[in-house]
Amino acid sequence: MDTAKFEEVFEAKLAKNDFIEPKDWMPENYRKHLIRQVSQHAHSEIVGMLPEGNWITRAPSLRAKLVLLAKVQDEGGHGLYLYTAAESLGISRDEMLNALLTGKAKYSSIFNYPTLTWADIGAIGWLVDGAAIMNQVMLQRSSYGPYSRAMVRICKEESFHQRQGYESITHLAFGTPEQKAMAQDALNRWWFPTLMMFGPPDRESPNSENALKWRIKRETNDQLRQRFVNQTVKQVEYLGLTVPDKHLKWNEAKQGYDFSEPDWDEFKNVIKGNGICNKERLASRNKAHSEGAWVRAAAEAYGKKQPEKEAA
Amino acid sequence: MNSNEALFNYTLRLGDTSLILAQRLSEWTGHGPFLEEDLALTNIALDILGRGKSLLEYAAQIEGKGRSADDLAFFRNEREYFNALIVEQSNGDYAKTMLRQAFIDCFDLLFYTELAKSKDSVLAGIAAKSVKEITYHKRHSFSWIKRFGNGTEESASRLQHAFDELWQFTGELFEMTETDTILIKENIAVDLATLKPMWEKEIQELLREAHINIPETTFMQKGSRQGLHTEYLGFILAEMQTLPRMHPTAKW
Ligand SMILES: [Fe+2]
Ligand SMILES: [Fe+2]
Repeated sequence: MDTAKFEEVFEAKLAKNDFIEPKDWMPENYRKHLIRQVSQHAHSEIVGMLPEGNWITRAPSLRAKLVLLAKVQDEGGHGLYLYTAAESLGISRDEMLNALLTGKAKYSSIFNYPTLTWADIGAIGWLVDGAAIMNQVMLQRSSYGPYSRAMVRICKEESFHQRQGYESITHLAFGTPEQKAMAQDALNRWWFPTLMMFGPPDRESPNSENALKWRIKRETNDQLRQRFVNQTVKQVEYLGLTVPDKHLKWNEAKQGYDFSEPDWDEFKNVIKGNGICNKERLASRNKAHSEGAWVRAAAEAYGKKQPEKEAA
Repeated sequence: MNSNEALFNYTLRLGDTSLILAQRLSEWTGHGPFLEEDLALTNIALDILGRGKSLLEYAAQIEGKGRSADDLAFFRNEREYFNALIVEQSNGDYAKTMLRQAFIDCFDLLFYTELAKSKDSVLAGIAAKSVKEITYHKRHSFSWIKRFGNGTEESASRLQHAFDELWQFTGELFEMTETDTILIKENIAVDLATLKPMWEKEIQELLREAHINIPETTFMQKGSRQGLHTEYLGFILAEMQTLPRMHPTAKW
């Protein structure tokens, strides 16, 4: 078959909502786009372990400690599924890791914000995992089989995290005045960064025609952002907290809230590497990697000696 | 000491040891030598933390003074903690963390296997569940010790260094007090003297495979049975207890 024929088969699969599998032919730009998207997603999960991991040793109850430890472990597991999915597209784990460690690869900017108080842990589960789900639900039906299957599993766990985060923030919102203030402060700091997670406004977003066709995107950034706000405002009200946006207002005509845009200059600045934690996150990943080098080397050396021993 | 007090002390000792070890292990989460290992170690920390929580809940119930497991964990001071000294030692490098773990896993598997036969059904139940977990933990830590001992020059020397730091804290694991005596009579506690030769045999074998020489005599540290610790514990508690102490009336 020539390329045109392959392309035809590929297009036909997309049209029928069939999955593209690792061994199937795929256009080079499809492969590239997916490698970038899936590896970035994996990096986000791994870097995302840091701001929350920061509070494991300080979790205020035994149950909270168990829940947080398990959550951070889940995020690492998500990273692992996603790296594996990306590997099936023909990139090695070392290449991806290297891109992350050298600062070449991107990861979700939200993790460059600091977790300053315990309430941030609840806020991350509730808002950040909540926004992640909204972004990711559609990826469960993405055209690339391994990615789609990884996302089914991940989304299930993310919604569990979101419920736990909301439960944690509920304890605070209905707790002592200090706890409630802590919850409000966390909401104040995480609200706009969370809205940024849906990406730049549609008017500035480059044409995502391919992403839509390949079913790695289904709704636009602004549509998703709007849905998130509509859903979350109700929860904020139930908690007796206040959305830190004085322009927030119900719009009867559009059956949704009007709200202020996040500060896109700040968004670009954090992406550029100027968030308060950018350097620390990368340094932290690099430290773990370089301090683990002798461990990996020992395992490799030992592994190589084993067959020799058996042969002898 | 009546037997209820003895049971409280005993359960508290076991609960504290699990909690402080889990606290130490969880410091690794997100910082492991590679992703799969990070996940494996976190899993181990989760098992041990779960066990610690069950034990402290039971201790609180035995005490019957209205304190909860969280009260026991977050509102006791350094001198009221009875965890084994070895679990509070710093993580150091991965050789030290894994060697500490191998010493404890080997002890715990013997110990909880026996405790599963305890006349106290709650302790026996917690122990039975733990045996399955510890079997896996031990396989994991033992395999790392073999890798380090037979891996590279660097891994072997790091393992030796870890051994030199940790060995002095292993003797205390077998120390028995009045608490043990009372509960052994009631077929509740494990006679640690019977475990010691089995532990020594297994550890000697492991260390021989890893090319570590056990010195003929080593001074063995002790103190935790009296709530006397190394300087590490104060820092562990300061970090762990900060929020509940700052907000003593809060629920989380
Ligand atoms: Fe995740
Ligand atoms: Fe999550």
